[in-house]
Amino acid sequence: MIDVLVIGGGNAALCAALMAREAGASVMLLEGAPKAWRGGNSQHTRNLRCMHDAPQDVLVEAYPEEEYWQDLLKVTGGMTNEKLARLVIRASSNCRDWMRAHGVHFQPSLSGALHVARTNAFFMGGGKALVNAYYRSAERLGVNIRYNAQVTDIELNGGTFVAAHLSARDAEGQRLPAERIQARTCVLAAGGFESNREWLREAWGQNERGEWPSDNFLIRGTRFNTGVLLRRMQQLGADFIGDPTQAHMVAIDARAPLYDGGICTRIDCVSLGVVVNRDGERFYDEGEDFWPKRYAIWGRLVAGQPGQQAYSIIDQQAIGRFMPPVFPGTKANSLEDLARQLKLPVAPFVSTIQAYNAACRVGTFDHTALDDCRTEGLTPAKTHWARPLVKPPFCAYPLKPGVTFTYLGLATDATAAVRFNGQASPNLFVAGEMMAGNVLGKGYTAGIGMAIGTAFGRIAGVQAAAAAGFITRSSQEPQHAAV
Amino acid sequence: MQLFDPKAPGTLIPVLNLDESEVQRQMTVCNACRYCEGFCAVFPAMTRRLEFSQADIHYLANLCHNCGACLHACQYAAPHEFAINVPKAMAKVRLDTYAEYAWPQAMGTLYRRNGLTLALASGAGLALFLCLTLMMMGNLFTAMPGGNLYGIFPHNTLALMFGAVFGFAVLALAIGVRRFWRNVSPVEASREQTTSAALEASANVATLKYLDGGHGEGCNNADDRFTLWRRRFHHFTFYGFMLCFAATGVATLYHFLLGWSAPYPVLSVPVMLGIVGGFGLLVGPAGLLWLNLRRNAEHGDEQQKPMDRGFIALLFLVSASGLALLAFRESMALGLLLAIHLGLVMAFFLTMPYSKFAHGIFRSAALLKYSIEKRQPNPINAASD
Repeated sequence: MIDVLVIGGGNAALCAALMAREAGASVMLLEGAPKAWRGGNSQHTRNLRCMHDAPQDVLVEAYPEEEYWQDLLKVTGGMTNEKLARLVIRASSNCRDWMRAHGVHFQPSLSGALHVARTNAFFMGGGKALVNAYYRSAERLGVNIRYNAQVTDIELNGGTFVAAHLSARDAEGQRLPAERIQARTCVLAAGGFESNREWLREAWGQNERGEWPSDNFLIRGTRFNTGVLLRRMQQLGADFIGDPTQAHMVAIDARAPLYDGGICTRIDCVSLGVVVNRDGERFYDEGEDFWPKRYAIWGRLVAGQPGQQAYSIIDQQAIGRFMPPVFPGTKANSLEDLARQLKLPVAPFVSTIQAYNAACRVGTFDHTALDDCRTEGLTPAKTHWARPLVKPPFCAYPLKPGVTFTYLGLATDATAAVRFNGQASPNLFVAGEMMAGNVLGKGYTAGIGMAIGTAFGRIAGVQAAAAAGFITRSSQEPQHAAV
Repeated sequence: MQLFDPKAPGTLIPVLNLDESEVQRQMTVCNACRYCEGFCAVFPAMTRRLEFSQADIHYLANLCHNCGACLHACQYAAPHEFAINVPKAMAKVRLDTYAEYAWPQAMGTLYRRNGLTLALASGAGLALFLCLTLMMMGNLFTAMPGGNLYGIFPHNTLALMFGAVFGFAVLALAIGVRRFWRNVSPVEASREQTTSAALEASANVATLKYLDGGHGEGCNNADDRFTLWRRRFHHFTFYGFMLCFAATGVATLYHFLLGWSAPYPVLSVPVMLGIVGGFGLLVGPAGLLWLNLRRNAEHGDEQQKPMDRGFIALLFLVSASGLALLAFRESMALGLLLAIHLGLVMAFFLTMPYSKFAHGIFRSAALLKYSIEKRQPNPINAASD
């Protein structure tokens, strides 16, 4: 019998598989996607938020535990578990040598992402390069890797894992039979449910306008995170945590693909101009704070607008000051023409912009500081970087909410155990998006998803190996498992 | 998409061909992503631009070493609908640039079926020297005392023939690369910057910096694993070629300056250089061919394989025939081996401006431009403020 069965094929699953294998256990990893799509959302990631007390290779200055914790506390609004969060934070300070040993390369902060040069270590080539490195390492170490292996059911005996079930399925032109795979222990790391349209609909419901907002969401993450296993665990009575509408959710280009839009679909010019909804009206302070600290709230803001649509409007003054978008902007030499091209009501749109322009109190524009360019007597205000939109051609980018991953997940503890009625399972563990909600109840800060996945993936791997009889030093001190 | 406005001041914007449009499309996706910035020079050069003109595309295409790193790391590679494959898109444009900048331009069409070009040139070279040998000697199996090949073809005849062809090749390449350089509109730089840029670019060429993967573990070949062997075999090839070239140069100096005539003993400078270089030029191309046969089908442009393999094979044959000539220069085979070697060398020289050989020249120029450009302030400061 297999010692450790890892269900999932992204960063957390791979970390678990590698740690369990290193502890001496025999390991099988079941990736639901075909090989070409392996890696779940990890293929779209680019960095790891890292605690460090002094400069380290690609990281400048220091990012101490307390500051990291305060940042996390702020973005989650307290919807976090301090013990588990600090476990993740500490693990992030010393996991990188292990990552390097498995072939991950780091590089300094990318151009256009210099604001995180202190806090985030970037993967050279991004998350897919990391995923490739982990798969190569896993293969070399003898982890049995299977693709097109989506687990549809978990067989339990009380709170004890017995076997995983795979339904008969069609994969890459082949009919694969149903299977029952037994193992001594199991790690669940199969991602959230962001690509399950029905579940999103159920979670977001119908709004006061009679719309089903989630029908207009685009998914930046993997098309394979349909939450099949998450839902099954719910039905099996596992303890859950989190709100199903909470997710990493940003405003992305409305023309992005339905799934797997990834990083390039983001629109970074919001703070340089204004954002209007489909009625041509502004609805939120575009200059509230630095964009890297605000991009993660705009997905929900747009989700609250009629038709879940909005338009980011800029003029020539903004060109070259933000990351180039993947799709070309709509350009026009007059506001009226822009409105017509965007199919926005012309008069309200023009009056919104004119009212904004008239309300701008331009001081000294400085995009690197919370400057003194703001509006006066306008609702909603624009509190920084407010400059009148007067230099044509004007340019517009259509926005829609883009979901990267959902936060609803299994409640867990410092041993990464799945819990039933408050009792830890002896041999079933969880990592990655399936439990990220323990640490990240809402909001987001760059690189935290990979920090959680890496920390808990490694803990889950060690604990699963230990539960199968492969005791290592770190498995005996779970709270320090990744330290 | 902003349309071209004929009333706008400035020069006409050249219309992009299909291959160039594809690079433009892909670079727009890459510029919004930038995950690959650490791999090579292409992506940092890309981030200095918001739009990609034909000149930019030609420059980036020649900066690309087709290492494959960005393809395997790409979240937008097929089966993703964006179908990003930068090495392939760049390779297609690269071939277009070799053809377009070739001099005389009509000869650029030789790139369309370059494998055939090389084969025909080799056949013609062989035929020429076999016939000449027959004319001079009456047969193909002539031994000369001490392996004195000038007993068959006088030194000055060979020097004139090869000197003229080589001179033409150098001229054609120089004109081609000059046109390329002008079209990619190099940025203005101070003399000091140009000097340090030239030093850096030379080092990048000499070490094949951009086949190291950005992390030193090498480039991709069959799959997402890294290997340093492509870089090593290219070094064998390049330095082997340079040593053979040096051997010829030294021999020429011996002949004209010192009056020492060939054949030279094995332990002389030209022969030693030739042996070591010839060995490199056997191992290198053989290794490159071996890697090429195992290359991931998605790397580069499948249709250029005849060009790549033909060039590799020609290099290998030039070296093998040269070493065979040295080994058997005192036997009856001298005449035949000499004709074969000279025929192949002639084919190599004749096709130099119209074969894969040009890649080294154009890539070196692109690397120089990159080194100059990166010393200038970045015109685009997207999100770094």
